[in-house]
Amino acid sequence: MTFEELEQIAESVRLANAKYDHEINVCMGTGCLSQHSDKLKDALTAAVDAQGKNSFVRRTGCMGLCAAGPLVLVDPDEILYQHAHAEDAETIAASLGGEPVAELQCNLREHFDEQVHIVLENSGHIDPEKIDDYIARDGYKALLKALTEMTPKDVIQQITDSGLRGRGGGGYPTGLKWGTVAKAAGDMKYVICNGDEGDPGAFMDRSVLESDPQRVIEGMAIAAYAVGANKGFIYVRAEYPLAVSRLTTALRDARRHGLLGHNIGNTPFNFDVEIRLGAGAFVCGEETALIASIEGKRGTPKPRPPYPATSGLWGKPTLINNVETFANIAPIIRKGGRWFAGIGSERSKGTKVFALTGKITNTGLVEVPMGISLRQIIEGIGGGVPDGHKLKAVQTGGPSGGCIPAHLLDIGVSYDALVRIGSIMGSGGMIVMDDTSCMVNVARFFIEFCMTESCGKCIPCRAGTAQMHTLLTRICKGTGTMDDLELLEDLCSTVKEASLCGLGQTAPNPVLSTLNHFRDEYLEHIQHKRCPAGVCNMEAPVEVMA
Amino acid sequence: MPVFTPPPLPSEDKRWKIVNGTMRKNGFARHALIETLHTVQSSFGYLDDDAIRFVANSLRVPLSQAYGVVTFYHYFSLKPPGKHTMTICTGTACYIKGTDKLLAAAEKHLCVCEGQTTKDGLISLSTARCVGACGRAPVVLTDGELQGQITSEQLIAQLERWAAE
Repeated sequence: MTFEELEQIAESVRLANAKYDHEINVCMGTGCLSQHSDKLKDALTAAVDAQGKNSFVRRTGCMGLCAAGPLVLVDPDEILYQHAHAEDAETIAASLGGEPVAELQCNLREHFDEQVHIVLENSGHIDPEKIDDYIARDGYKALLKALTEMTPKDVIQQITDSGLRGRGGGGYPTGLKWGTVAKAAGDMKYVICNGDEGDPGAFMDRSVLESDPQRVIEGMAIAAYAVGANKGFIYVRAEYPLAVSRLTTALRDARRHGLLGHNIGNTPFNFDVEIRLGAGAFVCGEETALIASIEGKRGTPKPRPPYPATSGLWGKPTLINNVETFANIAPIIRKGGRWFAGIGSERSKGTKVFALTGKITNTGLVEVPMGISLRQIIEGIGGGVPDGHKLKAVQTGGPSGGCIPAHLLDIGVSYDALVRIGSIMGSGGMIVMDDTSCMVNVARFFIEFCMTESCGKCIPCRAGTAQMHTLLTRICKGTGTMDDLELLEDLCSTVKEASLCGLGQTAPNPVLSTLNHFRDEYLEHIQHKRCPAGVCNMEAPVEVMA
Repeated sequence: MPVFTPPPLPSEDKRWKIVNGTMRKNGFARHALIETLHTVQSSFGYLDDDAIRFVANSLRVPLSQAYGVVTFYHYFSLKPPGKHTMTICTGTACYIKGTDKLLAAAEKHLCVCEGQTTKDGLISLSTARCVGACGRAPVVLTDGELQGQITSEQLIAQLERWAAE
């Protein structure tokens, strides 16, 4: 595959698309598929044919606004239809070239206007199972550019200049990580894509893998070239069957096009990727545990150092990055590190994809520039809390993160700002809670999660989370005491300081952040045996004051 | 050095050939353990002693290690599933939207706890940590098919439909 051949494919796709007056894109991400958007697509294809419209119906990946699904986007007029079902197909087809169907039209301009799409630039515009669609939108240009015009050092320099930081949650500078692996001695190196999206309430990686799998593969190939690896693994959760099947198709197509395999782009560079299925263990999101899992073992973490960069998979230098990190690579190489560094805040560059869920009007996937305020995300893009309820807190970072109270909504979203207020960026789950959520119960929910998911290798995490869960359950039942609270805080610091891996070290965060910002709720549970949100079932009878 | 010959297939069942295929594709390498167990589970629905023993012997992995892997990962099941499975997502977004009520309703209706199968072997009730469809919370998987924004009534109705089959 050469630049000319890529351009030929892109041109033929463009010519084929230009023949049609309209392109009808039907979202077939998991959210819309669960509402039978596949039937809608078939109905639209039939309706367009029956009415003799010169239009083309395309299956696409996630368009983001899951709350309004199934979604249909008609190009070039950019008309978005929401809650479209198979029985609406005739009406939509009939409206082509005329007035749009008013009752189905989605007019959420502010939802889309404030977003900046880099990772999701192709989501909703291409067929995820057609590599030619990806190539037509500048796909694989970055890989060929890297292979033919840049040295591995140049590639790493561009990534370093871009200021990209790991999107899995840790925020480690990507360029630095690549540099370390590149410098590590050894003729065999590996590149691993971490798609073990275990955080409950997060589905960014799933969406990227389902909507634009080639982008992740291209990012991995560029990384492999930069660090000197020629074997890659994508570790995906088995709970994501659609992502696995689309990835399998994508890998096969990339091989057929000579974009994976031997002598890629007529250069001496060889690279291939294999899929490895996760088996439902949250701890496998931790890099050393993930490596153990790829090796076919129990996914228990190892002490670091040695870091995977020097001794990872089968003891070889290994580069591990998250799905979203890899998805950012191709645009950076194409447009330059400086371009990327121009987006975002001072120490957090680029954009971040968030899965906006919970008590919010526009649930779904959003991509925003770093530094944007939480208020803009929640009240602007998200459309605020529905049903007249009041926002109480925003939870970021999953079980490793914390709850941000409503009065801190004006802070800008960046790695450092979120840490300062007791939460973390995490992989991108953003769960909105209103006044019907009890923060003590939320803390208990997360500790229960960590307790079940603790691999059991180190005692602080294994026993500590279990004890914390007992204490929190007691408080939720109204039988907790002030001594329990003190013990809980004590345990938080022990588990945090003494645990082996990230799971245990961050497990107390939801407790600490709720204790910090919502201490009155804990006190209410303990002293007055009362749950202000009315969530917890108190054992002792509650005396209601008239 | 003696050449390793993999053990014979446990029975005539064609599904063992699929399992063997996965191992052969990976050159009977030890690291193919999880991959192979996935194939066993997708072919047979669960992992029994014979299957674990066969895979462990074929890949030259100690039986204890194979068993350790099976029990470590939630995805693997040692018990046969019911004819139908109801999986309730208990991720954060679903929790905020009241998934605990769904689970309680299902447990009460079926008289089984999460992770169990009804006595007649008809319905298995399980929970998932997060199926990544948080935009449609609360969600359940009915025989693997995702259904979003579900209520307790809809859930019970589905269970009753299965029972009436």
